[in-house]
Formats: sequence, C-alpha cells, structure tokens
Amino acid sequence: MADAALIQLTGIDRTFYLGDSQVHALRKVDLTIAPGEYIAVMGPSGSGKSTLLNLLGLLDRPDIGTYQLEGRDVTTLAPDEQAKVRSERIGFIFQSFHLVPRLTAAANIELPLMLAGMPAGERAKRVAQALKEYGLTDRAQHRPNELSGGQRQRVAIARATVQRPAVLLADEPTGNLDRATGEEVVRLLEALNATGMTLIVVTHDPVLGARAKRQLRMEDGSIVSDVTSAASPHTSPLT
Amino acid sequence: MRTGLLMLAMSIGVAAVVILTALGDGARRYVVGEFSSIGSNLVIVLPGRSETRGFNPANLVTSTPRDLTVDDATALLRVPGVERISPIIVGTTEINAAGKLRESMMVGTNHEFLRVRQLKLALGRFLSQDDVGHGSAEVVLGALIRREIFGTENPLGKTVRVGDRRLRVVGVLTEGGRGMGMTTDELLIVPVATAQAMLNTNTLFRILIEARSREQIADIKTRVLKLITQRHEGEEDVTVITQDAVLETFDKILNVLTLGVAGIAAISLAVAGILVMNVMLVSVTQRTAEIGLLKALGATSAAIRQLFMVEAVLLSLTGGLLGTALGYLCAAILRHIYPTFPAYPPLWAVWAGLGTALVSGLIFGVMPARRAAQLDPIQALSKR
Repeated sequence: MADAALIQLTGIDRTFYLGDSQVHALRKVDLTIAPGEYIAVMGPSGSGKSTLLNLLGLLDRPDIGTYQLEGRDVTTLAPDEQAKVRSERIGFIFQSFHLVPRLTAAANIELPLMLAGMPAGERAKRVAQALKEYGLTDRAQHRPNELSGGQRQRVAIARATVQRPAVLLADEPTGNLDRATGEEVVRLLEALNATGMTLIVVTHDPVLGARAKRQLRMEDGSIVSDVTSAASPHTSPLT
Repeated sequence: MRTGLLMLAMSIGVAAVVILTALGDGARRYVVGEFSSIGSNLVIVLPGRSETRGFNPANLVTSTPRDLTVDDATALLRVPGVERISPIIVGTTEINAAGKLRESMMVGTNHEFLRVRQLKLALGRFLSQDDVGHGSAEVVLGALIRREIFGTENPLGKTVRVGDRRLRVVGVLTEGGRGMGMTTDELLIVPVATAQAMLNTNTLFRILIEARSREQIADIKTRVLKLITQRHEGEEDVTVITQDAVLETFDKILNVLTLGVAGIAAISLAVAGILVMNVMLVSVTQRTAEIGLLKALGATSAAIRQLFMVEAVLLSLTGGLLGTALGYLCAAILRHIYPTFPAYPPLWAVWAGLGTALVSGLIFGVMPARRAAQLDPIQALSKR
C-alpha cells in the first residue's frame, strides 16, 4: 500500500473564518489512497467532508500540510498549474449536476476538452465516443432542461471522465435522484472504478456508503474511522 | 434579454454618432454647395476694411469711408486674368403691375451677372450690354415674382412700375436659382445705373470678379486690392475675398461643429460602454456557478477572463454594426424627407463609432472579466 500511493495527505489543516469565529474544517488529516480505490466519505453536516473533497480536487488549499498527487506535491503549485492538474487528472461530479443550461449535452461534454485546448476534430471524436459509452447518442443535441435527472447526471459523468482522469470526485451524486436512477448512476460509477479509476464519493446515504470498499467517517474535521471491507481487492490491512 | 438590451444600448450609441455626424457633415456640404452655386472662380470685392485678413461676418455690415463705385468696377476689367466683372447694388423696393403691388429685393447689376452667377433665363433675354453709365429702363423678373404678378400670362414687353420708375420686362429667370441662402425667385434685376438712381446712391454693395482660371485667383486678389487702393488715394478701404476663403472659413466652422456633435455622440457611446460593464458585472454574478464549474473542469483564470472579454467584444461589435445600419437608415430617411440636405454620414465617423464601441466594450469588459476570473471556485459552486 505504501508503494505508489495515488494520493498522500499529510497533516492537513484547514480553518475558515466566519466573522470573528474560527471554524476548524479539517484538523490534522492524514490519508493515503492507492490507485483504483473505491472510497465513501461519510459524516454529519459540517464534519469537513466537503472541504476534504474540495481539497482533493485542488479547489481549495490547506493551511498546513502537504498534498501529494501521484507523487507530486501539488499544494505549492501556481493556480494555473493547479487548473491544468484539475483538467487532466481530476473529474468532478456534483449533486445538482452543474450542467451549463445553454449548451447541449454534447457541448457540455466537450467543455473540458475545449478548456484543455484540444483541436476540434479530435474533440468531436472523443465526444461522440463518450456519448456512445454512456448511451446518450440520441440525446446529444438536447439541452439539460430537456433531459431526465438520470440522463443529466450521465452527461455530467461523461463530462467528468472524458479526459480520463485518475480520480473521480463525487459529491452526493445521487442526492437529487430517485432511488432507481440513483442506483443506475452508482452502478455506472462503480463500473468506472472497475476500470481502474479511483472513485471518492461523499454521501449522507448509508446504503450508498456501505457499497464502497473503504469507508471514511468524519466528525469535526477529523477522520474518526477508516474501515476497509474484507472483500476489498485493493487493500487488506487485516491480514 | 440581457444581451438584447446591451446590444440595443450599444447600437443606439453608434447610431447617434452616425446620425449626428451625418447631420453635421450634411450641413457643411449644404453650405459649401450654396457657395459654389454663386459661381465658380469668384473674387468678391466689398467695401470696408476688416482688421484681420480673411472673411469675417462683420464685413457684411461695416460701412465704408470711401465709396466703391461703378468706375472702380470698370477699371478692374483691365486687371490681367479677369474674365468678367459684375457690380452689384442691392435694395428693397416695390413692384406694381396689373393692379398688384409687391415688395421685393432689387439687384442692380450689368449684363455679365447672368454668367458670373450662373443663372438661367426662362424667357426673353438678360440686361443689354451697353447700359453702364446711362441705365436703360429694363427689368428681369424672378420666377416667383413673375408668377405672382402675371400668372401664366407672358410678361415680356409689359411695363411694370418699380419704385418710381416704369420699366419694361425683358426676361424671366428660371425657378430654383439659389445662392448665399437667398433665392433668385424673388429678385428684380435692373441695370446698375437705374438702381443707383432709384436708390440715390453711388456705393456698390459688391463687385463680383470672375477669374479666367482657378490658378489666377490669388494673383487677381492682390492686383485688385492694389488697383482699388491706388484709385482710392492710397487707402486700403476695401476687402477682397475669394470664394475659397469663404468656403474655407465655413468649412472650418462647420467641421468644428461636426466634431462637437461627434463629441456629444461619443459621450453617449461611453454611457453605452458603462452599461456594457454593468450588464457584464451582473452576468458574472448570475453565472457564478457556471464560472465555478469551469474552474473545476480545469479552466485557468486566463481562460475565464478571455471568455468574458470575448463576449463583451462580440456584444459591442454586434451592437456597433447594428447601430451603423440604424444610423445609415435614419440618414437615408432624413435625405428622403429633405432632399436638398445631403445627410451622408462621413466614413471617419462610422469607423470612429465602431472603434469606440469596440474599445469601450473591451475596456468595460476588463473589470467583470477580472472579477469572474478571481472568483473562488468553492463559493462559486456552492451558490446555486
């Protein structure tokens, strides 16, 4: 497990200031994640799980501590370099999908490629392939408001994975979906995890959390429990 | 909706520039046209000396210590390069014929007046040539006077009473002759000696000199001034102006006017630019979530800044083009309503309008774009 960790957090502290009061969102968090893991982060509201996710996604910086992604210290990178890392190595999936309402499904999927500066010809090819993989080909020219919730989240997942990132960060991916479509989306994410993509899910839902092979429970900015199911193929600390 | 309002503001700004400069430039062209219609290659001698050289509106009213006489005019014919001379004396009088009485402007001049002023006759002939000195009892009528007094009747050979004289109608001018803002339709033209006798004066109002060619105008101007000074016992008491000088002065004045008007229009453009900024700022606030998303998807600050700049520029450019079209349309309508007024927007104004639109779009797009780029992605994302 120590060899070639994908993510290595050491002594991470993050404090927010709300007026006069201090909020300790993360205290002394140490975390090691190997490539291809399937992790659920759970805990009550305000326990720091969203902050952790933002930090992992390089949207936020820790006050203290280091974050190494694929062996490279990314805490000290300039904002534009962090943007490049986000563009190439990290995919985000949000509870409310965050699709651009003015753009079609295809254009939404194309966005990260466009931002990465990929030539138009190759972009079209990649988008077509992603649409096919997620069964959205006949929905390509629809705008988000013409899609069902499940379809929207599929578009969002397609957008997050079109760059083939190493880590997929999902913040309550099923929060806005009914149980059936939520189940469908989770299966899709698990299928992606099976191809080797590291999947980190933040959730309130204990059922969803229980499906992950490794469960982190957070409280008051600290990881209070880190349980790896025996069935996990990746880590086996119990043996 | 938002973009529509923005483009409307921008297009109104640009249209204002185009229309206002079209008006200013149209006024300039109109005046220049009026002056050209006096006649070509003209040198004008007027009594009185202005302090500064060049044309001055005060010249029109100053009185002279020494009269400018018909003899002076005749003497000017000897100046080399002079093609024609036409002395002018002006007064108001009454014309009375067929039981109708009408007040009218009377111009006393010679037979060359027709050529110098480039007028045309509708009927009969102009004043006879050998009148200088004795003054035959002839009159040429303006088109409007003829219509009002004689109607459709042929006035040639009829006798009319002008002031205290009885004059024979020898010709009628064509309609629509203009010059110096005065229509010739309401003029009576009589021999200069007749007019002098009627008005009991020796002084000429003007002497019009037509040069043989445009190049000789400057020479003629100095020679004429010298000759008149000589004849007036060494005193330089006349002003010699050329049509070019008059035109130049008016051109200058009206150019300043056009620029001033363009300045006003530029202010309206600046206002439009500020509007662009505000709308863009609102749009940044409205699209906070989207900006946060773009950042999460790996957009650099530069990319987001660029995005907003491009949008601002595109909006102003489209608005500018729309405004130009609108301006041209309005100018065309204006020309349609007032056919004599050449309200063509000058090309420089169109480019300046478009340029200002673009530049203000750029400048006022910078602030919102910077704000968008600096947004904190977490906060941007959590806002929904």
